[in-house]
Amino acid sequence: MSALLDVAGIEKKFGGVAALSGCTLSIARGKISGLIGPNGAGKTTLLSVISGALSPDKGTVSFDGRDLGGLPPHRRAAIGLVRTFQIARELENLTVFENVVLAGSSPEEETTFRALFKRRGLKQSQALVFERAETILKRAGLWHVADNLASALSGGQKKLLELARALMLRPKLVLLDEPAAGVAPPLVKSLIGFIRELAAEGITFGIVEHDMHLIASLCDEVHVLAEGRLLVSGSFDEVSRDKRVVDAYLGRAA
Amino acid sequence: MTAYLVTILILASISAIVALGLNIQWGVAGLVNFGVVGFYSVGAYATAIVALGGGGAWGGLLAGVLASAVLSALIALLTVRLTDDYLAIVALGLAEVVRLVLLNEAWLTGGPLGISGIPRPFAGLVTEANYPVLLLGMILLALAATLLFAEALVRSPFGRALRAVRDDDTVAAALGKDALSLRIKAFAAGGAIIGLAGALHAFYITYIDPSQFTSIVTAYAFMAVIAGGRGSNIGLIIGAGSIMALLEATRFLKDFIPFLDGTKLAALRLAMIGAGIVLLLIFRPQGAMAEPRLSARASRPEAELKPDRLSERKVLPHAS
Ligand SMILES: Nc1ncnc2c1ncn2[C@@H]1O[C@H](COP(=O)(O)OP(=O)(O)O)[C@@H](O)[C@H]1O
Ligand SMILES: [Mg+2]
Repeated sequence: MSALLDVAGIEKKFGGVAALSGCTLSIARGKISGLIGPNGAGKTTLLSVISGALSPDKGTVSFDGRDLGGLPPHRRAAIGLVRTFQIARELENLTVFENVVLAGSSPEEETTFRALFKRRGLKQSQALVFERAETILKRAGLWHVADNLASALSGGQKKLLELARALMLRPKLVLLDEPAAGVAPPLVKSLIGFIRELAAEGITFGIVEHDMHLIASLCDEVHVLAEGRLLVSGSFDEVSRDKRVVDAYLGRAA
Repeated sequence: MTAYLVTILILASISAIVALGLNIQWGVAGLVNFGVVGFYSVGAYATAIVALGGGGAWGGLLAGVLASAVLSALIALLTVRLTDDYLAIVALGLAEVVRLVLLNEAWLTGGPLGISGIPRPFAGLVTEANYPVLLLGMILLALAATLLFAEALVRSPFGRALRAVRDDDTVAAALGKDALSLRIKAFAAGGAIIGLAGALHAFYITYIDPSQFTSIVTAYAFMAVIAGGRGSNIGLIIGAGSIMALLEATRFLKDFIPFLDGTKLAALRLAMIGAGIVLLLIFRPQGAMAEPRLSARASRPEAELKPDRLSERKVLPHAS
């Protein structure tokens, strides 16, 4: 089974702080991979490097057999590599529906030329986006609040909105940064069911999460990060029995 | 009295057009253009220079629009990689540079004396005395066309992408939006509109000099957008109209309050506008009207906005 995403030897320093120091790992195609590790291990930084929001000091990211070096974040999203944010970042002055429609609209639809001179064609292509937006918002349980401003959602709903937005891009890989953080337990349960369904439909997931129940019940493989590099990979049972992992969480990583 | 009304309407329409341009840049795309007057004067001067240089009134108009649009695109290109604050400072600096060029490059701009005898469109059709009415008609048409243009942009997927970039450019990029190119387009589109307003100014006055282009132009545009509601084109027309009405109405104060002379009154009127904006920002920060939003209810009329699957799952626990 070939990997969908490979990161190799990533280094990233913030001033004097090495957030990533030679991080290498891969995410298997069609699987749900977990990414765990103590706070400050570099998980969010790794997601930002993968998505292109940060450029690494060293190392490579390749996705679907293609080296992504130098590709700006919006181009990475366009080829199906989509990430969400640890602290939900809804577009607060857009409605829930607009957030999702935005993600589903293509750059071709967003030209000034179309806006001015191809209005009928634009209306038709947008109608398809609206339809998909409805379907996805319904699946995410957000349709009834579709016309609310995104800023008015609860913390858990904002996380769901991020996932819904990501889905509008027809992603191959979705990287979720702590999707369950601050989400009420019943909604976490729904979220787990939703992610499982989407994975069954062929979307690959990489999930950064501290909620070990979510990791245990979803992930085919778990990567443990500590101090900016990969400590160990394996099934959840394997890594949770690993003494190095326990040490890392207790702040005793070698 | 008619002549006075025509003058007021012309000035109000021109400032409404400036505000429509600023609204695309700042209201919708979040690009703080503190140099509005710079682009406005470039529009006016390019119009005058080209019109007198053989381009005629229409050639001048086109030149005014293009010059301001191209300059805007260049400024945006130079600064979009920086944060918002830098664009504001660069735009402010640009307005100053433009002012200095207008004052000092006399071979091109006439220096402090400016340029006079600017040809006007359709000037032969009516008498000199009746021309302002014809011009008002043209300016109102230009305002209507600009409004349609701005509305088409703001309500389109392009406008939505601009609003996304304004709210959070990192998120917009993560959703596949090219923030850089969107910002350049927005700044250029707004710049074109501001240039058009500058051209109309040149046609109205027929004699332009640097003293007509002060930062008051920039301030009025911001006031109109704030009063009307950032992002709302219709709102800002109301905003620009109200500001002009207020300014003009207060002009007559000196007939009633004996100790006010012209200078004091001018200062007082500006202070009133300033106070008005502060009050507005305190009591109605969103302005007169909200920016237009795409409604799910209207876009998917057959689908009811009822609680849906995942929210039902809360009640019916998911089998796991
Ligand atoms: N933008 C930043 N500027 C400076 N330091 C940062 C920045 N982002 C992360 N760091 C530092 O890098 C390290 C890794 O952070 P992060 O990737 O957020 O870890 P995690 O998501 O695993 O908790 C931490 O020491 C953090 O303080
Ligand atoms: Mg993190």
